[in-house]
Amino acid sequence: MMAPIFSSTSWMMRQVIYALALGVMAAYYFFGWGVFLQITLGVVAAIVVESAFLALRGRDVISSISDGSAVLSAILLAISIPSIAPWWVIIVGVSFAIIFGKQLYGGLGNNPFNPAMLGYVFLLISYPLQMSTWQVDFLSLSQALDVIFDLSNIDVISGATKLDEVKNGLPLSGSIQQLDPHSISQAWINAGFLLGGLYLLLRKVIFWHIPASFLAGVVISSMLLWVSNTDLYLPTQNHLMLGGTMLGAFFIATDPVSASTTPKGRIIYGFLIGVLIVIIRAFGGYPDGIAFAVLLINMTVPLIDRLTQPKVFGQ
Amino acid sequence: MNDYTKIIKNGLWNNNQALVALLGLCPLLAVTNNIVNAIGLGLATTFVLVASNISVSIFRHQISKEIRIPIFVLLIASFVTIVELLMQSYFYDLYLILGIFVPLIVTNCAILGRAEAFASKNTWGKSALDGLMMGVGFSIVLIALGAMRELIGSGTLFDQSALLLGDLGNTLSVTVFENYQGTLLAILPPGAFIGLGLIVAMKNRYDLRGIKS
Repeated sequence: MMAPIFSSTSWMMRQVIYALALGVMAAYYFFGWGVFLQITLGVVAAIVVESAFLALRGRDVISSISDGSAVLSAILLAISIPSIAPWWVIIVGVSFAIIFGKQLYGGLGNNPFNPAMLGYVFLLISYPLQMSTWQVDFLSLSQALDVIFDLSNIDVISGATKLDEVKNGLPLSGSIQQLDPHSISQAWINAGFLLGGLYLLLRKVIFWHIPASFLAGVVISSMLLWVSNTDLYLPTQNHLMLGGTMLGAFFIATDPVSASTTPKGRIIYGFLIGVLIVIIRAFGGYPDGIAFAVLLINMTVPLIDRLTQPKVFGQ
Repeated sequence: MNDYTKIIKNGLWNNNQALVALLGLCPLLAVTNNIVNAIGLGLATTFVLVASNISVSIFRHQISKEIRIPIFVLLIASFVTIVELLMQSYFYDLYLILGIFVPLIVTNCAILGRAEAFASKNTWGKSALDGLMMGVGFSIVLIALGAMRELIGSGTLFDQSALLLGDLGNTLSVTVFENYQGTLLAILPPGAFIGLGLIVAMKNRYDLRGIKS
């Protein structure tokens, strides 16, 4: 399944991790040290769990762990969850992602689903309270440690995300405009991931097909909805700048293992995810739908690949 | 005698209806979110299995081959109705919880499967033992899965077992993890699929031990 064009898996994974830095810095600027604590916890958990499972399966631990895929999954999951989530949330999520999302299928290259998103959905369904409480303020290192490890009962001002507010506020106010669907922090974080994604395109780590068609899917479907009723549906620019849109477009949907592998297939794959995200945000039960959309379309990848297989020249 | 030990082994392990034949998965997956539901459905299924196996075996020479399936279903349905009425009168709360899955025992393929594959060809004694062992094997898997999901999902064991066992149930009920917030996924359908998959994998692993691949 792995596309053979990459010079090496670990080089690629390292580039992706570098590219995440801008978005992570933006998240740090707004939310503070919790972001880094979650990433640290996640990476340590990923290395421990992956090593243990590789040893259990009788594989070479060092060479497999150093491909960086487990670390990347852990980072993606850590920056997707609220940065004040208790310490065990990220550890349980990463363990689930590595064990059930990757190793049980036979390790990297055999997993049909994006492991990080599988871990995310597991957490979202299992621990709805912890997964929907985001803090509002910047937290210092000691504050973040206090909250994540529950050391003392400090109060953190917490709230819902903008997409949450829109979802829950809409039935009451009846109009999107009154809810002010803008969020400075989310816009900057999304901008950070957008720039990081462009870096990946420049270094040819990812193909343009998936992010471009992904964003086209979001833009087209959200515009259609918005034109149909401007009171009920979010404007397109808010869809692009809220939630995990940019992270999803450049870092999550582009996972080379679980994404489609043919050029035409990549366009269909990305576009469907984009459309599905808007549909889930507008009509679904959850405020954001990146993870669900990616997993659902992951399921269709074998079919997409089969239907879009390029003809062999001369036949 | 050898025949009987073989029946016991088949029912409990080698041809376990839930783990090897993978029959009756609908109730297996749907009601095993705690131990009490699992025991309740396990007992009901076992009773129906034994009764239907005995009756099919007794009438096996009278039932004409062409219409045997409808007659098996008729026999099974009668026993399911008996179980349903019994549960309604003695374990009403549990009956409400298990809901549609009690009448649905009729459609449990494991029961029809044993009637067709075993009871219609063997004496009633053997059929009774086969029904009992298949039922117990099925119940063990139900209870194991129920225990797993209840423990992970809500951190308790034998919760609400007063519904089935009366006062004894209150003493059995334990909270394993204090202040446990619960892992909802284990109680929801995905938890059932993942849990059953793990149990089947563990059984296969145990059976294949020592065999070099």
